[in-house]
Amino acid sequence: MSGVADHGGGWNGDRAATEARGAARTVNASLVTGGVLVATVILTALLSFLWTPHDPVHNDSGARLLDAGSPGHWLGTDKFGRDVASQLMAGARITLLVGVVAVGIAAVVGTPLGILAGMARRGVGEFLMRVNDLVLAFPALLLAIMFGAVFGAGTLTAMVAIGIATIPNFARIARGGTLQVLSHDYVQAARAAGRRPVGIALRHVLPNISGLVTVQCSVSFAIAILAEAALSFLGFGTRPPTPSWGRMLQESQELLFSAPALALWPGLAIALAVLGFNLLGDGLRDRLDPRLAERRT
Amino acid sequence: MSEPDNGGITTAPMLTVRGLRRSFTRPRASPLRSAPRVHALRGVSFEVTTGQRFGLVGESGSGKSTLVRLVSGLDRPTSGTVHFAGREISRLPDRRLRFLRERLQVVFQDPTGSLDPRMRVRDIITEPLVAQRHRDPAGRLVELLADVGLPPEAADRFPHQFSGGQRQRISIARALAPRPAMLVADEPVSALDVSVRAQILNLLSDLVQRYELTLVFVSHDLAVVRHLCDTTAVMHDGAIVELGPTRRVYDEPRHPYTRDLVAAVPTLRRALAGATASDLVRGSSLAEEAGADPTTATGAERTQP
Repeated sequence: MSGVADHGGGWNGDRAATEARGAARTVNASLVTGGVLVATVILTALLSFLWTPHDPVHNDSGARLLDAGSPGHWLGTDKFGRDVASQLMAGARITLLVGVVAVGIAAVVGTPLGILAGMARRGVGEFLMRVNDLVLAFPALLLAIMFGAVFGAGTLTAMVAIGIATIPNFARIARGGTLQVLSHDYVQAARAAGRRPVGIALRHVLPNISGLVTVQCSVSFAIAILAEAALSFLGFGTRPPTPSWGRMLQESQELLFSAPALALWPGLAIALAVLGFNLLGDGLRDRLDPRLAERRT
Repeated sequence: MSEPDNGGITTAPMLTVRGLRRSFTRPRASPLRSAPRVHALRGVSFEVTTGQRFGLVGESGSGKSTLVRLVSGLDRPTSGTVHFAGREISRLPDRRLRFLRERLQVVFQDPTGSLDPRMRVRDIITEPLVAQRHRDPAGRLVELLADVGLPPEAADRFPHQFSGGQRQRISIARALAPRPAMLVADEPVSALDVSVRAQILNLLSDLVQRYELTLVFVSHDLAVVRHLCDTTAVMHDGAIVELGPTRRVYDEPRHPYTRDLVAAVPTLRRALAGATASDLVRGSSLAEEAGADPTTATGAERTQP
């Protein structure tokens, strides 16, 4: 074989191509819309700590059931004379808190469980996943209501119950991703390099399934928001007087025909927040899924 | 299996494989029948002495990759033994194979799959050093990059920013990082563009010399093995059917399968002598694979004496 001069010919070409790909990336409509909606919820919640038009829990007997657009009360007031806009703003806090804690519990417990199930011997992994299916089959709301009955209804109970009920979703996603990662030669290369299983899990599996887990976080966040609203509506969630979208809905129930707008606002807030997190999840899936990312490169 | 042509280096066996068998159980196709067993290796024995360049040839499905996994301690045999440097590795759990990971390294076939897409080249190449707690992995990194002909800036990039040939260089650098005694290369160029195969093969050849490596080189491409290896084993259907000095195996193949294999390599000389593609294909199941591949032709032509 004649000695072919080695040159880094492909080097700069590859780099330019990569940069071109980056620039040509299409704008992801789901990601942008979802991001804007989620950002709105977050900013509203943050703003509510500093400023709301009125005290959200202040009962003003002189200003009951004002229509939207009334002076000083853009979205009107409820049957106790509380400002609806202020309640919505403060309610965003509870919504986010529940989402963060519930998804946090689910991700922190479920992801390692899924990785373990994926990396363990076949029998052990299968067993873990059957247990997982069992928990998955149990309705989240029922679990939360049981928790409420046993530990007392409240935001904390609701968050923990929703979190526990969401663990199997993360375990399932993580195991699927782990099995896919383990099929790659770079895991064999890591073993040949002397990496222990824990090292492989932390250095190779986790980074490569982080996209999947992030997407699952966003989607689960949406489910947690819905669950909290449902629980509060049923009286097993956030307790008065803390403002919560679910409870606003419940309180407006009896006035549905005389003041339908009272149900409209919290319902709209819940719908938009859930839509936002779902769209964000979809957008992130396109952006972060390792399989799609590989296809892109 | 005496191989005199290794420059008088000590001939103590570094790798000894005895009666190696490996079967896999396929998922059962019907609940009434028992799960089918696939015998990937049916009793393989050979030795690789220190300093040897051992070539392993066979068509796909002949058990080469299974054998590679067994000798690198990535899989365990159904029966039989693998000894590395006098110690049996075929029964040890991963956590007791540290000595093997230090001294035997693997270059995989497909550099796209064998490099973690989320890791920077720096972390990929130093992975064996970090995993084995070597001192100063960063210092060794520059040296390794230079050894495989990559610029130092490559360290901060990700694998997808490189071409196939460059990725295989990264893979080779990682394998060399712990200064192994033996390098197992599993079809290291068959996933590469024809145009860069020669570069990577020459690089491997140089590095084997510079690092005084014992090489186990697996390929379906006879021309490549002939160019690189002093000893050749021919695998067919899970067994070694012929083993000997490369020149002997090629010039006087004894086993009918080897004869088919050698005959199937198209050469420029034969092509000039009027042999057509259909002549070459005729009579060998391997001809399709080897004959359709233009490198085989150029590679064989290049290595003609």
